[in-house]
Amino acid sequence: MQSVHESVHEATMREQFAATVTELLERDPRTALVLADIGVAQFPEAARAHPDRVVNVGIREQLLIGVAGGLALTGMRPIAHTFASFLIERPFEQLKLDLVHQGVGAVLVSAAGSYDWPAGGRTHMSPGDVALLDTLPGWQVHVPGHPAEADLLLRHAVAADDSLQYVRLSAHQNAEPRPVAPGRFLTVRQGSRTAGVVLAVGPMLDAVLEATETLDVTVLYAATVRPFDAAGLRAALGDRADVVLVEPYLAGTSERAAHLALDGLPHRVLGLGVPVAEHRHYGSIPEHLAAYGLDAAGLHARIAERLW
Amino acid sequence: MTSEATRTLGGGYTDLPRLISLMTGDEKHSPAANSTLDALWVLYDRVLDVHPGNVDVPDRDRFLLSKGHGPMAYYAVLAAKGFFPVELLHSFGAYDSPLGHHPDRLLVPGAEIGSGSLGHGLPLAVGTALGLRAQGLGRPAVWVLIGDAEFDEGSNHEAVAFAGAVGLERLHALVIDNSSATHGWSGGIAARFAGEGWSTATVDGRDHEQLYRAFTAPHPGRPHVVVARTEPKHG
Repeated sequence: MQSVHESVHEATMREQFAATVTELLERDPRTALVLADIGVAQFPEAARAHPDRVVNVGIREQLLIGVAGGLALTGMRPIAHTFASFLIERPFEQLKLDLVHQGVGAVLVSAAGSYDWPAGGRTHMSPGDVALLDTLPGWQVHVPGHPAEADLLLRHAVAADDSLQYVRLSAHQNAEPRPVAPGRFLTVRQGSRTAGVVLAVGPMLDAVLEATETLDVTVLYAATVRPFDAAGLRAALGDRADVVLVEPYLAGTSERAAHLALDGLPHRVLGLGVPVAEHRHYGSIPEHLAAYGLDAAGLHARIAERLW
Repeated sequence: MTSEATRTLGGGYTDLPRLISLMTGDEKHSPAANSTLDALWVLYDRVLDVHPGNVDVPDRDRFLLSKGHGPMAYYAVLAAKGFFPVELLHSFGAYDSPLGHHPDRLLVPGAEIGSGSLGHGLPLAVGTALGLRAQGLGRPAVWVLIGDAEFDEGSNHEAVAFAGAVGLERLHALVIDNSSATHGWSGGIAARFAGEGWSTATVDGRDHEQLYRAFTAPHPGRPHVVVARTEPKHG
């Protein structure tokens, strides 16, 4: 059995999630994992060791969130997991009422995101998940770009008292992890005083770096988007406040947060991401990223047009 | 456990109509107008181990009002049992009142959940029972009250099937059946629970002794539902 640290370079984010949460279940008796069939095969040892704290409700996503809320009402720290479509969109009223309105916390961990299984089609795509959570108070949203970042952010999310935490795992990832701190944007490339700023979120970083290699821009990296690090964005500005957001979910999701961060400054914000229109094609992740204009070539064209 | 003869600071069963009238302004309001009243009273008076002195104690019994519509009977019972002052009932629905037309657990002393949108209490109760069991708290009972029309919501059926399958013994549902479900429940509501392995009892929702016996019936290894039938809502 590999340790977490030995395995991070090999693992996918979902495999890292299994390793990290198995360890947390072992260590912290407050934690409980709630599943709805998806992901069950990743937790055989934890389910054997902690049958009362690893609960599979079957294909019942309203119950998935209701059970998480009930566990939290008794003082436990629930971690609920399934694909984003079935974790955020399908039981959305349960998020609003069984968690937020009851005044209890939980850690929601999704997989599949916006485009992770393009051959699965629209039913398994959830580009609107972060925008939906923006309609509710209190959620912190983490979008790791690498399994090692997922490990760090999951530990942070579970340990964060009784807060509401969303960790958005993806099969799309960057080649290397970055030294992220929860809630803080990281400067990855420093442009000149006259440069604009590109904020790359989670798995978008590698494509953004490639797209901007020949451009004078400052590149910020966000593995946590809520809270939105307004101070970090303002600190990255040079002589002008021109900002491009590149997000692996619905285009423009963080535009409002960016406008608030830049309040009082003359500024321009361009939000790039997954288009709202249904994209009725199957295929692969790279094909979808190219179609959305989120590959390096597409990003280069749109960023260059905007910032120069 | 206390008998009905016991009187708290707030009052007893015979005081409930007066307490309800503080909210409705209707002096002639009878207990029959509130389908949940008798079942709630018997639970809080003779069954539940929850009172103002143990509301923060982990091994208290839990009562979750899922059917948050028409909470006057619930507020009246909580006031009668001393969870909050009777005077508060006058403020029902007012801007600064903790007592809304649907209960909010962060505002109402003694309320375990906020409710109003139907179909949320039973799943929350399942999670509560699981949470208590996971912490080794095997004694407390978890009760949830739902309505027969509320049972239309599919989330209830997710919870009934799961709780029956895993034999969640400390879970108890109280269904107030005043025949208000638009399409009814052919064969009766209890059959839906029995089919998923629950222990069931169907009783007259106005008969305190029948309610008490159903509430306290043993049900080893299985969750338990009491269907309390009252006069139809309309007619």
